[in-house]
Amino acid sequence: MFGHGFFIDPSRCIGCQACVAACAECESHRGHSMIHVDYVDRASSIATVPTVCMHCENPTCAQVCPADAIKQDDDGVVHSSLKPRCVACSNCVLACPFGVPNVLVQIEQMMKCDLCFDRTSVGKKPMCATVCPSQALSYVPPEEIARTRRETPVNTFVFGRQTVRTMNFMMAPTGLDRIEVDVVDYMWEAGG
Amino acid sequence: MRDPVAKPALPVTGYLERWGPHPQSVPPGGWGDEAQRPAEKLVKTHCCFCGQQCGIQLKVRDNRVIGFEPWHEFPFNRGMLCPKGVKRYMQSGHPDRLLDPMLRDEAEGFRVATWDEALDVTARRIREIQQQHGPDSVAVFGGASLTTEKSYLLGKFARVALGTRHIDYNGRLCMVSAGTAYKLAFGVDRSPNPWADIPQAQVVFVAGANVGECAPITTDYLWRMRDAGGVLIVADPRMTPITRNADQYLPVRPGTDVALFSAMLHVVIREGLVRRDFVDAHTTGFEAVAESVQAWDPRRAGELTGVPPEAIERAALTFARADRAVALHARGIEHHSKGVENCLALINLCLATGNIGREGAGCMMITGQGNGQGGREHGQKCDQLPGQRSIADPAARAHVAKVWGISPEEIPQAGWSAVEIMEAIHRGEIKALISICFNPLVSLPDAAYVREALAKLEFFAVTDFFLSETAQHADVVFAGSLHEEDEGVVCSAEGRVIKIAKAVDPPGNAREDWRVYVDLARRLGKERFFPYASSREIFEELREASRGGPADYGGITYERIERGFGVFWPCPTEDHPGTPRLFEGGRFFHPDGKARFTVAEYRESGDPVDESFPTYLTTGRVVSQYLSGTQTRRIGGLLAQYPEPLCELHPRLAAQVGVAPGDRVTVETRRGAITLEVLIVKTIRPDTVFIPYHWPDGRSANVLTHRTLDPRSKIPEYKVSACRVRKA
Repeated sequence: MFGHGFFIDPSRCIGCQACVAACAECESHRGHSMIHVDYVDRASSIATVPTVCMHCENPTCAQVCPADAIKQDDDGVVHSSLKPRCVACSNCVLACPFGVPNVLVQIEQMMKCDLCFDRTSVGKKPMCATVCPSQALSYVPPEEIARTRRETPVNTFVFGRQTVRTMNFMMAPTGLDRIEVDVVDYMWEAGG
Repeated sequence: MRDPVAKPALPVTGYLERWGPHPQSVPPGGWGDEAQRPAEKLVKTHCCFCGQQCGIQLKVRDNRVIGFEPWHEFPFNRGMLCPKGVKRYMQSGHPDRLLDPMLRDEAEGFRVATWDEALDVTARRIREIQQQHGPDSVAVFGGASLTTEKSYLLGKFARVALGTRHIDYNGRLCMVSAGTAYKLAFGVDRSPNPWADIPQAQVVFVAGANVGECAPITTDYLWRMRDAGGVLIVADPRMTPITRNADQYLPVRPGTDVALFSAMLHVVIREGLVRRDFVDAHTTGFEAVAESVQAWDPRRAGELTGVPPEAIERAALTFARADRAVALHARGIEHHSKGVENCLALINLCLATGNIGREGAGCMMITGQGNGQGGREHGQKCDQLPGQRSIADPAARAHVAKVWGISPEEIPQAGWSAVEIMEAIHRGEIKALISICFNPLVSLPDAAYVREALAKLEFFAVTDFFLSETAQHADVVFAGSLHEEDEGVVCSAEGRVIKIAKAVDPPGNAREDWRVYVDLARRLGKERFFPYASSREIFEELREASRGGPADYGGITYERIERGFGVFWPCPTEDHPGTPRLFEGGRFFHPDGKARFTVAEYRESGDPVDESFPTYLTTGRVVSQYLSGTQTRRIGGLLAQYPEPLCELHPRLAAQVGVAPGDRVTVETRRGAITLEVLIVKTIRPDTVFIPYHWPDGRSANVLTHRTLDPRSKIPEYKVSACRVRKA
């Protein structure tokens, strides 16, 4: 859908797994869900996090693929591996900084979120962002996010020496323009 | 007469093998089937699981529901669904589906019968038992997942075809405390505000409502309220999913809600925050309530509730200082032997602060079952006639008798409520039971007692689509219809009357539920009172029967509903716009137009903790299951999400008991004991354990619960039992 963005806000997730169930209804991969929802630490919290593909501008999964099986389309959507090429080596699974791809051993192919291109190309929202009852997954125009949310959308992630820019956004506390996850990111290494 | 009559012919495993639950994880025809053979049509209808009644479009082919498509235009949920909504279509073509009427068979459990055979046997047994023991020896059980047409029909069937006073329904386990309190306070039983009011509030106080799991779509409304700068206050013995974004959290001890709300009102009065102008102009009874809460200073309430006095003060001030505040509540405060008092205490807080009848300001109950609201408005409650009229009111009896074509004297007086019917079966006063949409063996408290009662019945007929645990005890099982196999209306939690569309025909020899009762009435010689050929004809009569009552459907038509995404009742005439918000301008439904403050006294639970049973047990739902699980335990994807009931307990209690993750505990009450795996979490009070109630037999939380009822609403006290926990 033109002019729409995908916004993820784990702080709003209620762990209901509607997204997981709905993803398996997507016609391009019916029966296989590409989303997982995890408790952060159930023993001490009810907090849950949905993980969906961030659709990187320069996808790590594709960079590490020895069979050149992972392609990005003109809209920036990163697709499941091409079946004839995929060798099911799981490099992509190991390399993805967000923990997204899955290799389905039965069919020897990596499958991942394709942002419901079959739906978005005909003016619908992706399944997960349609059903999500708690705004943890939203597919809306950026202006709507700016108008309705207190958090800031961020699509730059720093993993130590790797900086990743993504098509999808993560909602972050106001004032952040990037999410840094490694202590190293906060250190002054030059200072020894 | 058999002895003992309705005991199942087979051991439980015999039924499980043949009739399930067998979880279905793949749609009819397989996952790839739809790509090969696309749907023939999309049917706009609603989800069958829960009172939110989300709009959904069902994909249909070859008389089967093969998938779904979100329905963005429906304003309540705008395409959103919870996992139950996503997976609901998996009931279609289910291997456990009952396709024929069945009669009890000593060797096989049940054998297939013809409709004539099943209906004839039922009519004959009803006649025999009524001739011998009188009309009230037969009782009827209904359910709040039925369409409003079926609920109406069932009430009329009991009173006109059977002439019995005993009809009640599983909403007795759900909405009756709130309903009773709202009728006392406001003169009508409905959430006064539409859901669109929630985001307009500056403060929302969620009391005893696990919104994220039991009404997931409401989470969106709460988050929108917070995005607009609103404050979320949550009172619950557990941190439920919405608590993660609560601004204030009050970890109330089970059974002490009256004290919490009374202390909040105490603070409001002490700080001079009562809206005197509103109270004086639009209410009565404030002074008595003010006097009664005087004793509830936050310190005393803190000792009883386990909530810090400062937190009570802060919540009270936040609520009272807002111009627009909403109190949202559900079973957490209602499933108590003082469920009505709990609701009244919360209503008092809203009335005193003038939070009622305005946009973004009100006291709102969250109805739990699919047609929890509509199912209780038109006559399957033991004490109500259609239109939410009292069965004791002579004018109401005269109106309904006229619509039914009988004399008012022929309408029986109020009968017993659900648990009381079980007790009457035990005493031998009720000999036969006709049940639909109710699985009391899983859902009523004290399951062992229910099992004994079922075994004492001389005749038991059940209408069901899957063989529920209760139906295993039946003499006759009628193969009825799923939600998508018939049309009719339901009323959602916000008072919106909406239309359930028929997507497919009942499979095999199964029939639309209403036909069973029309056919039975015919065999009982009452056909002239049941001339219906369609749900629509029942609805047209229901409109007349409701006319002039509080729940007036007089101006609602199927076409209006379909044109306008539903109509909010009361809607007396076809040119009336409907009533999304009640009590605007401070006009209430009592004859004097005023709301009532009612004193709400604190009482001990009916099953108090003591040295032998020192821990509170509270029960509830998980997001992936619905009620007794008859449907949702048959859907693989939902079952996989939470396969077995777990006993939630705090690490502090776990240490006392000596259990670690992966261990099992035996939870024992004065009724019985069950053994479950533990879920050790810091998100529950250390003096409380939680067990979800969706499972039968050795996994049934209701083996543990007790039969103490609220004296007015007759709701059982599911939210407080005294238990002890030991390592298994």
